[in-house]
Amino acid sequence: MGSDRIQKLTMPKWGLSMSHGKVVEWLVPEGAEVVPGTEVLEVETEKIVGAVESSVSGTLRRHVAELGQDVPIGGLLGVIADPSVSDAQIERFVEDFLPEDADDESASDEFASEFVDVGGRRLHYLKQGDGGQPAILIHGFTGSLNDWLFNHAVLARQRAVYALDLPGHGQSSKDVGDGSLDVFISTLVDWLDALGLTRVHLVGHSLGGAVALGTALRNPDRVRSCTLIASAGLGPEINADFITGVVEANRRKQLKPYLQSLFANPSRVTRQLIDDLLRFKRVDDVQDALRRIAKNLVTDGKQVALFRHELESLQTPTKVIWGEKDQIIPSSHCTDLPVSMSIDLLADCGHMVHMEAAREVNQLVLSFLEKTD
Amino acid sequence: MARTLTFQQAINEALDQEMARDDSVIVIGEDVAGGQGAEGEMDAWGGVLGVTKGLYGKYGDRVMDTPISESAFIGAAIGAATSGLRPVVELMFNDFLGVCFDQIFNQAAKFRYMFGGKAETPVVIRTMIGAGFRGAAQHSQSLYSIFTHIPGLKCVVPSTPYDAKGLLIEAIRDNDPVIFFEHKKLYPLEGEVPEELYTIPFGEAEVVREGGDVTIITLAEMVHESLKAAEALAADGIECEVIDLRTTSPLDEETLLDSVAETGRVVVVDEANPRCSMATDIAALIAQHAFDALKAPIKLVTAPHTPVPFADNLEDLYKPDAERIASTVREVSEYQTWAATASKS
Repeated sequence: MGSDRIQKLTMPKWGLSMSHGKVVEWLVPEGAEVVPGTEVLEVETEKIVGAVESSVSGTLRRHVAELGQDVPIGGLLGVIADPSVSDAQIERFVEDFLPEDADDESASDEFASEFVDVGGRRLHYLKQGDGGQPAILIHGFTGSLNDWLFNHAVLARQRAVYALDLPGHGQSSKDVGDGSLDVFISTLVDWLDALGLTRVHLVGHSLGGAVALGTALRNPDRVRSCTLIASAGLGPEINADFITGVVEANRRKQLKPYLQSLFANPSRVTRQLIDDLLRFKRVDDVQDALRRIAKNLVTDGKQVALFRHELESLQTPTKVIWGEKDQIIPSSHCTDLPVSMSIDLLADCGHMVHMEAAREVNQLVLSFLEKTD
Repeated sequence: MARTLTFQQAINEALDQEMARDDSVIVIGEDVAGGQGAEGEMDAWGGVLGVTKGLYGKYGDRVMDTPISESAFIGAAIGAATSGLRPVVELMFNDFLGVCFDQIFNQAAKFRYMFGGKAETPVVIRTMIGAGFRGAAQHSQSLYSIFTHIPGLKCVVPSTPYDAKGLLIEAIRDNDPVIFFEHKKLYPLEGEVPEELYTIPFGEAEVVREGGDVTIITLAEMVHESLKAAEALAADGIECEVIDLRTTSPLDEETLLDSVAETGRVVVVDEANPRCSMATDIAALIAQHAFDALKAPIKLVTAPHTPVPFADNLEDLYKPDAERIASTVREVSEYQTWAATASKS
């Protein structure tokens, strides 16, 4: 016995391309208590810096990984155990640890994304977790399923969670039809059909929020709940310079300030994050697709696809999350919403609130999904 | 989606996908037809190192084998380009380009200019560069600076599979003559390459490693030697910024000068001979436009001014390597100006 009470803290896999991470800072000292959701240490990947959370309760007994150390996915970062476990037992656990013992979350086959053909389009998605009432994560404009890197695995602890690349985005087909919200909504519903998902929780960010909301309004029987994160479709104001800039910028230097405006803390934007977007934009037909979508989203500097007047008829339980310092879609859009909607405004966060305050957003979404299951 | 391909496979895929997309793309060269994956042409190679293998089976007559007659088939490709086709012509080793200089320098490079902008010559000349292959003096040179010198030619020198595919597609779609230099030692190099078609614009250098102490400016295979050197130097606390030129014409001056403005210390690494080379050209550019930022003399790491030797041990000495790069970076990073030394004492 004893080893059952010893829990490993391992390097998580954030996004499809991550293979290792570097330890930046321990946020919890050895000997301190942690609970599920405690941010234990900060890790830097090629793309972004994020906090590794504990998924268990106990005492953080050992910092195994040193500052600056590069640790592969599934590699041992720390050990969490009851104080009654002896130091010798901890020592043995560390010595005997094999990276292959890494938990399911970080096993690589869990990260095999899939493709399915829907209405002449090839759609790319990633499923994590199993069972429960399934949830779907829908990214924003110019984003991809990788945008959920800090959320996907955590939300998938309780249920099957699918992250989808919208048409024109990520590794899905670049054909977006006329680029209207209707195309995204009907594609989403066809995709749910193709996967045999009858009724789901939708979690959408920005453009993905408008897709989720539109789907709930048009197909209420398919949507169990709606979580709208910094969502489009709730008011006319939008940073139109951002939309034009991010579509037209073709050099790293031009793109950087636009990407920085997505975050309250611009240092979140790494070279890799910019490179990934640039590489995506240079794929054939992407820029055309983005222009087409942008034209449908924004006219004369205002959002045109608006659902606010339909909100009173919305039957689906809906939660709204916004970053207070959102520079793309103002957080004022979460005022004067129907009283039935629960609203959370997070301080010191920008448009990418699900990245910047991943822990808070994860907790909010987890409990909302549980409540609406 | 991205898979791992070799540099060679990435070039083959770019040719294949562009030929599938655009009927006007044709491939011309010595032994470029047939090879593995082709039907009934098993004795052919698909290029001397097999880069074009399989294309003949798919595209038949659009892949044309030629006699050993560089001056004729390069001229034919340039002519075909002026009359509506997009030929990708392979000239095995860049060492052989000498026999068709007139076609390239005086014809292809000048048509747009001499016909008042009305003529277009969308030809790509693919050719191998580089020492380290035991190919001796006539099969091992890196002659991109000669072509970079000529206005009207675009020169591409990729260093990774991802760049090779994106830059070759850009080259094929470009309406001007492009010389595409492939370092033969890079062919087996693996890297992530998207399945989709994509382009990389010319004139955009890539900062392949960020660092604030010394800027290493380089290209082709030397990018990888420079990265090795940078890793070793980082262990000693010297952080190098490594810049891959990717195209020598057009040249991304801004990225180079921006980096030098930050570091003030520069090493240019170029496998080619040192006289009138990319290395000297870049050194001059920096001396001219970033003199005030410099904290140390610009140092060059290049081959010596000799032909590429055939003897293995001499060829190894001839080529710059990570060790030479690292020791030069150390000199540059430790260098103190007279003023700095004086102010300390």
